[in-house]
Amino acid sequence: MTDILLIALAMSLLYISIANRLFTYLNILVLQGFILFGVTFLTLTKISTVNLMLIMLETIVFKAIAVPWFINYIIKRNGITREAEPYLPMFVSLIIVTFITVATIILSSSIKDPNLDKTFFVVALSTIFTGLYLIVTRKKIITHVIGYIIIENGVFVLSLAVGNEMPMLVNLGIMLDIFASVLILGVFFNRIGDLLKDPDIDHLRNLKD
Amino acid sequence: MIGIFLTCAFVISGWLFFNRNKLINYALLFIFVTLLIVFSVFEYNNLNINELSFFRPDALGVLLLIALCVVSVPVIIHGYRYIEKHNVDETPKSRGLFFGAMVLLISACSVVYLSGHIAVTWIFIEITTLSASALIYHHRNLRALEGVWKYVFICAISITFVYIGILFLSLSVKDAGIDDMSFESLYANAGKLNPFWLKLAFLFIFTGFTAKLGLVPMYTAGIDAKDKAPAPAGALLASILINAGFVSIYRIYAVMVRTPLGHWANTVMIIAALISIFVATVYMTRIKNIKRLFAYSGIEHMGLVILGLAAGGIGVYAAILHIILHTLIKPTLFLQFNQIYWVYQSKSIYDVGNYFKYNKAGAILIFLAFISATAMPPSGLFISEFLIFQSLFEAHYIILLLFVLILLTMIIWGFGSNIFKLLFTPPLSIDETKIPHISPWESFSQYLLLGLAVFIAYSPPAQFVALINDAVKLLS
Repeated sequence: MTDILLIALAMSLLYISIANRLFTYLNILVLQGFILFGVTFLTLTKISTVNLMLIMLETIVFKAIAVPWFINYIIKRNGITREAEPYLPMFVSLIIVTFITVATIILSSSIKDPNLDKTFFVVALSTIFTGLYLIVTRKKIITHVIGYIIIENGVFVLSLAVGNEMPMLVNLGIMLDIFASVLILGVFFNRIGDLLKDPDIDHLRNLKD
Repeated sequence: MIGIFLTCAFVISGWLFFNRNKLINYALLFIFVTLLIVFSVFEYNNLNINELSFFRPDALGVLLLIALCVVSVPVIIHGYRYIEKHNVDETPKSRGLFFGAMVLLISACSVVYLSGHIAVTWIFIEITTLSASALIYHHRNLRALEGVWKYVFICAISITFVYIGILFLSLSVKDAGIDDMSFESLYANAGKLNPFWLKLAFLFIFTGFTAKLGLVPMYTAGIDAKDKAPAPAGALLASILINAGFVSIYRIYAVMVRTPLGHWANTVMIIAALISIFVATVYMTRIKNIKRLFAYSGIEHMGLVILGLAAGGIGVYAAILHIILHTLIKPTLFLQFNQIYWVYQSKSIYDVGNYFKYNKAGAILIFLAFISATAMPPSGLFISEFLIFQSLFEAHYIILLLFVLILLTMIIWGFGSNIFKLLFTPPLSIDETKIPHISPWESFSQYLLLGLAVFIAYSPPAQFVALINDAVKLLS
C-alpha cells in the first residue's frame, strides 16, 4: 500500500511537469499532502502515538490545507495571471522529469545497502530534483515557491525512510517545513505583491555587479 | 548557563520588538551586552563541559564567542548611531525591529558556536536566516526586498540541503549501529560510519553551509544581503555569521578527517575554495559598488581559510587565526562605510573621492583597513596568510599556490584601485556645502579593532595560542 501511494506521488510529478495553470499546481500540492498523510500513517508504526499524531496533523493541516490555501489567497489578492509561464515547452518538461525519475532509479539500483528502502529513496530524490527543475524553468515567483514546497515534500519522504529509528529527524523536517514556508510565504510574498504589480522574476534583476 | 543566556536573549529580543520607549530600548541593549560578556567569560571557564546535553563549549566555539563579543559591542554602538543620525524616517517600531533582530542574530550565532549536536546547529542556523532577513529588509524599498527575497530563498534551499545531508548522515550512523548524532559520538565512531552515505552527507552539508560561510556555490545570497543591509548589520553578516558557517563546516570536516575519506573531503574543499577565490578576483577587479567590494573580499578570505584547512599541518592553525583576525578586521570596513555614506550619499565608486579632505580620521582608518584586509604587513592577516601559503607549499600544492598568489595580486590591484580612488582622486561632482562634519570619535572603535588584530597576531597572549591549539586538536 505504501508503494502505491509513493508511486502516485511520483506520477503527480509527471502531471505537474505538464500542468499549465497555477490552480492545477495547487491541486497537486493538496494531493501530495494527502499522500504524505497516508504514507506517514502506514510507515511510522514504531514511534509514540503523540508524535505520530503531531506529524500527521502537520501533513494534513499544513501541507494539504494551509499552504495551498495561502498560496491561493496570494494569487487572488495580487491578481496573478493563471498561466504558469514555463521557459520550455510542456513536452520537453515531461521528457526531462521522466529522465530525472529514470536516472534516480538507475542511481539507487547501484546502491547496495540493506538499511535503505529503495522506493522511498527513488521517490524522494525524484521529487527533490523535480522541484529544483520547476524552480529553474518557471518564470513567476509564486511557481518558485511551489517548487520549493515540492522539494520539501521530497525531503519529507526521505525523512520517513529513517523515521522509525530517529523520530527526531522527522520532527526537524516538520520544523523546516513550517519555518521556511512561513518565512518565505507569509512575511515577504505579501510585500512583493504590494510593491510589484506583476510579480515575476524579471523585476528582481537589479542587484548585480 | 546556555539555558539562562538563551532565555534572557529571547526575552530581550521580544521586548525590544514590542517596546516603543527609547530609554528602555537602549537599557535593554546595555543589559544584553553585559549578559553576552558574562556568558563568554563563563564559557571560557567551563571549557569542554557538556551543557543541557546538546551543547559543548569546545576551544573553537569559545574562541569565536569571544571574538563575537569583541565585535558586537562596537556594532551595537554604531547601530545606535545609525538609527539616531542616519535615518530621519526611523520610527520606534523600525528601531525595535532592528535591534530585536540584531540581538536575535548575535545570540543565535553564539549558540551555533557552542552547539555539540548537528541538529542544534541546524536549528540555530535557521534562526540566523530569520533574524538576518529582518535586518536586510530594514529599509523597506524595492531593492531591499529583492535582496531579502534572494537571501531567504537561497538560504531556505541551503538549509534544506543541510537537512538532506543530516538524513544521509543518519543512514550512515544507522549502518554503524549507533543512534546518537552528537559531534562527540560521531568523532568517537567515525571509523564505523558507512563511507558511501558519509560522502553524500558531507557534500550536502558542506554545500548547504556555504550559504553562511560565503563560498561557491551558495555565496550569492550573502553578497546581496551585505549590500542591502544597513552597514552595522552588514558588519555582523560579514563577521559573526560567516563564523557560524565556518564552525559548522569545521565540525563536520572533523568527522571526515577521522575516516579514510579525509583526502576526498580535502579535494572537495579545495575545489570550492579555489573557485571562490577566482570569483572574488573577477568581481573585485570590476566592481563599482563599495559595499559589494567589501563583501567579495570576505569571499576571498573564506576561500583562503578553507584552503588552509584542506592543506592541513600548520594550515589548520593558520585558518583559525585567519578567521579570528578576519572577524576583527572586516567589521571596521563596514562600520566606516556608514561615514562614507554620510559624506557622499552614495555607494558607487564613481560618486566618491578625496575622502582625506572630508574626514581625516576615517580616511586614515580606511587606508589602514585596506592594508589589513589585503594582508600586507603589518596586518595581522599577513601572518596567517603566510602560514597558509607555507602549509600549501609543504603539502606539495605548488601549482595551486602559484595560481592563488596570482589571483591575490589581482585582488590587491582591484581593491587598491577602488580604495585609492575613494581616498585621493577628487569626485566628479560634489556639493561641498552639504557635507556634514564627522567627528573623529566615530572611527575610534574601528581603530581599536584594527589595533587588536595587529596585537594578537604579533604578540599573541598565551591563553589565545592555547585555545587555538586546542581547536586544532579537534581535527586529530
